[in-house]
Amino acid sequence: MKQTASIISTYASDVSGVCSSLYELGGLTVMHDASGCNSTYNTHDEPRWYDMDSMVYLSGLTEMEAIMGDDEKLIGDIVSAANELSPKFIAIAGTPIPMMIGTDFAAVASVVQRRTGIPSFGFSTNGMHSYLSGAGMAYEAFARRMVNPNMKRDSSPAISVNILGITPLDFSVNGSAEAIKEMLTESGFNIISSWAMGSTLEEIKDSGRANVNLVVSYSGLPAAKALYEIFGTPYVVGTPIGAALSKKIMEDLKCSAESGKAVISYEKRDILDSTDMVIVGESIFSESLAFALTDEYSKNVKVLCPLETDTSLMLTGDFAAQDEDDLIPYFKTAKAVIADPLYYPICPESAQFISLPHEAFSGRIYRDDIPNIIGSRFLYWKF
Amino acid sequence: MLKIVNGKQDEAGAGILIKDAKFPSPFVSGLEYSPPARGAWNIVHTGMLIPKSHQIFICTQGCLRGVVLTAAEMNAANRFSTIAVRENNVLDGDMESLIIDGVTDILSKLKAKPRAILIFTSCIHHFMGCDLKLVYRTLRERFPDIDFTDCYMNPIMRKSGMTPDQKMRQQLYSLLKPVSVHKKCINIIGNNLPTEESSELVRMIIENGFELKDITGCKTYEQYLSMAESAANISYNPVARISGDTLQTRLSQKHLYLPLSYDYAEIESNLNQLAAYLHIKTPDFTEEKAKAEKALKSAKEIIGDTPIAIDYTATMRPMGLARLLIEHGFNVAAVYADTINEEERQDFIWLKENSPIMKLYSTVHVKMRFLSQNSHKKLLAIGQKAAYFTGTSYFVNIVEGGGMYGFDGIYRLMQLMEEAFLREKDTKSLIQVKGLGCCSL
Repeated sequence: MKQTASIISTYASDVSGVCSSLYELGGLTVMHDASGCNSTYNTHDEPRWYDMDSMVYLSGLTEMEAIMGDDEKLIGDIVSAANELSPKFIAIAGTPIPMMIGTDFAAVASVVQRRTGIPSFGFSTNGMHSYLSGAGMAYEAFARRMVNPNMKRDSSPAISVNILGITPLDFSVNGSAEAIKEMLTESGFNIISSWAMGSTLEEIKDSGRANVNLVVSYSGLPAAKALYEIFGTPYVVGTPIGAALSKKIMEDLKCSAESGKAVISYEKRDILDSTDMVIVGESIFSESLAFALTDEYSKNVKVLCPLETDTSLMLTGDFAAQDEDDLIPYFKTAKAVIADPLYYPICPESAQFISLPHEAFSGRIYRDDIPNIIGSRFLYWKF
Repeated sequence: MLKIVNGKQDEAGAGILIKDAKFPSPFVSGLEYSPPARGAWNIVHTGMLIPKSHQIFICTQGCLRGVVLTAAEMNAANRFSTIAVRENNVLDGDMESLIIDGVTDILSKLKAKPRAILIFTSCIHHFMGCDLKLVYRTLRERFPDIDFTDCYMNPIMRKSGMTPDQKMRQQLYSLLKPVSVHKKCINIIGNNLPTEESSELVRMIIENGFELKDITGCKTYEQYLSMAESAANISYNPVARISGDTLQTRLSQKHLYLPLSYDYAEIESNLNQLAAYLHIKTPDFTEEKAKAEKALKSAKEIIGDTPIAIDYTATMRPMGLARLLIEHGFNVAAVYADTINEEERQDFIWLKENSPIMKLYSTVHVKMRFLSQNSHKKLLAIGQKAAYFTGTSYFVNIVEGGGMYGFDGIYRLMQLMEEAFLREKDTKSLIQVKGLGCCSL
């Protein structure tokens, strides 16, 4: 494997995933890196940077600190900043050089917590995985340590739900997050929290009250599994795209809350040998979109997922790709390719290219063109 | 604008009266904030100045993200490729073959062979002891018709000798090869932006029959290579000084370092050095000085006592500019700079003594995220970071001095200040564009 991209972009990394997932929760998030991660994150991966406050910073690691293994500089700087800013928690995320020198992030976080009295987390990210990995790591850690373990499940008639796995990297800031909430509310659900757009840390801490969790992207799955382990809360997997899938997800949430069993809402989709369309993107979103296209337009769709995922989330016949070389053969046999515009250069002329910008791939470039296709809005998406 | 999370508006540590500031580092280093003012060029923008070149970055996904999208935002994705470093490469120690095979694979896929390839290795290669000599030797043998040069994205080295910016500007000219020298050719090197044709510097060169070359004006690879013919290189950005010294050693091109300045005596001294090199009579700059003085007076009449803030991305000499303005009666309230260059030591001392209550602000201190950005009073900023931090919509939108130089540079800057003072700008939109002046989206 040559691991090359002659012309296409690259996905946001695990470090950005940690920052993005925790952005709205009032904590201090530190990227332990020399330079570059912070401006990459706030320029390309974080649409909230200009208008919404946060405490995301860079450690400014130097060659000498790395060679000498000087963790004390990092710890001291974090403690000093925490004393100034009074964050609700502290998260420290690693990058390539800390990985190479074997920085023990759990130990660093432990020392920081002892000195500040503030809950602290160390994430062994290394910039070599996607945002889904980083966000998933952060959400799982919060499920295990920040959610109140003594919380009792709601017994009110309305079913309570947490939404897991919403970041602007997958859902941008185009109203999709709000649309999912609106749909749940209109369907009679009581939303406890949204991990993590539009919720406070206090709401996240109350997540144990939920009767069921809705996992809308792969980044939410580790937290869903942890919440199941801790509270026995079942989960439903699927992004509510299109009227039919949305309706099914709402029904699955009710069934799952009652049965206690996990459900993948999009799993009953036929995949035929001949392919009308391929979709490139995050697994849960893309599988949900494929379901909607099959159900509402009778298209034969194949999902190509170039990101981390769980094999159980992919349907038979879909494909987990590694790099540009893996995707090209599938593009060549498809009649149409639905993907971020930065995939266009590798799309053959024989295939129709349908643009579906993805913030985690093209960043801010096509942000204004990212459609909100939640629920029945899908029908208005012109492709 | 930002809401304040915890109600704190305490500037201590992030802002200081200049009279209390220490040279050259007034602020204690700690965690760093990155404001959303992105006009300063990065190594991708600068590398793209070599016509018909192609960039290949070899680093981890997290590090690739910023540079690949820089290229995409410049609409130059077809001149940019990547090789991702993964955990197995670190464990297997196969970094050399990853680069050689990856570059070969990319070249086999490109529709047109580039004339030159800039290979950017990263911090991880430095720490792994990657044998880059072997890599480049192999690639040069395999592709003899392509010029390869070594470039670096290794910010971890930013405090260990040359900064990545200095190194980039040095490597930008590394593909120039020794050729016979043309005595009537002179280069201006090390700038991302062209120097104004109206500047005394450019006029003296052109009007005395010399040909002026600058990478910012090169359209073809041959034009770029022809810069090696020039007898001398002029640099005026401190980060490009080493580029000129390197070329003097490597290609025997005379290096004239004539730093950007706002001090009349230094400007004149620089221009006199140029005159001596050109073997021309020392020019009389009385008229140019008068024009600059008149422009300063006019700007002062319009701007009055309105507070002015300057940042280090607008000019290489923020202290010098503050001094010039204060000497001409302007109300310079603040300078945003994290460190002070040795070249500005005297201006810094002058400001401490003559404008002791002027504020000096860090741009990266953690508190800068929360300091109020709403200017209740009208304020004129020079530079994007100053505009962002003060929240003003009246600002001079330049980076790196904006190509303005000498007495003419002062005249032009005064015009820009007047215009900025009179016309509001959309700060949020303008300052978020990467690489001001390089056609980014």
